[in-house]
Amino acid sequence: MDLKVIQAELGLTPQCGAERLDAEVTGGYAGDLLSDVMANSAKGQVWVTRQVHQNIVAVATLKELSGIIIVQGAMPDKDTVAKAEKEVLPVLTTSLSAFEVVGRIHSLLRKA
Amino acid sequence: MSSEDEFGGSYTVRGRDFIDAGLISSQIKKLLKDRGIPEDVVRKVAVVTFEAEVNIISYAEIGTINFHVDDKAVTIEAMDKGQGIPNIDLALQEGYSTADDTIRDMGFGAGMGLPNIKKFSDEFEIISIVGKGTTLKSVIKIVGT
Repeated sequence: MDLKVIQAELGLTPQCGAERLDAEVTGGYAGDLLSDVMANSAKGQVWVTRQVHQNIVAVATLKELSGIIIVQGAMPDKDTVAKAEKEVLPVLTTSLSAFEVVGRIHSLLRKA
Repeated sequence: MSSEDEFGGSYTVRGRDFIDAGLISSQIKKLLKDRGIPEDVVRKVAVVTFEAEVNIISYAEIGTINFHVDDKAVTIEAMDKGQGIPNIDLALQEGYSTADDTIRDMGFGAGMGLPNIKKFSDEFEIISIVGKGTTLKSVIKIVGT
């Protein structure tokens, strides 16, 4: 399943990297501790987080994640968007909670 | 891989420069990928160099990250001039951290940095002198060459 389907189904707002929404999502990882995500996420997963600082882009790029979903109505810092734009990394936002986002993506991926 | 394929690099890391955190690890990762180093090795190196970079930024004034690749392994050395670690056994325990709120607000300082480096290394050494600094060495083996 690509990120575009998840974006449409959950009504996520792309903040940048929209040209990479066709990225294949192999699964997901949720977390706000960068070292946790560094250690335990895997290539192709979509990352659900409440972090908005630009270091999330470094983590997602190093781990080759398919995109970042920022939850709970939080907005990425300007520098985060600029950096993600440069890396062509999709960053999407939503007012939904992490719990809701993870639950819905999980069931979408199971059905796919 | 023949001996002329050995390569490496050296990078300076500035303390408290969280803006560029991950920059050096990204550069090293790209170099390894371009040289055809196996993906699982590159992934481990990425975790080790990122955590080493963040540690220098968080706790030292300045530091250096060196890496060297030969046909058997990737060796990473991170050296810093900084506060040092009073109790290495504690620092290697997952969840133990001396990070302040500035560091934690950015999602760092969960006490997973050194444990992650150790976990993703095949060989790991650390020496620290309080008030002087810390040196760590991580070896990640390249299997199947």
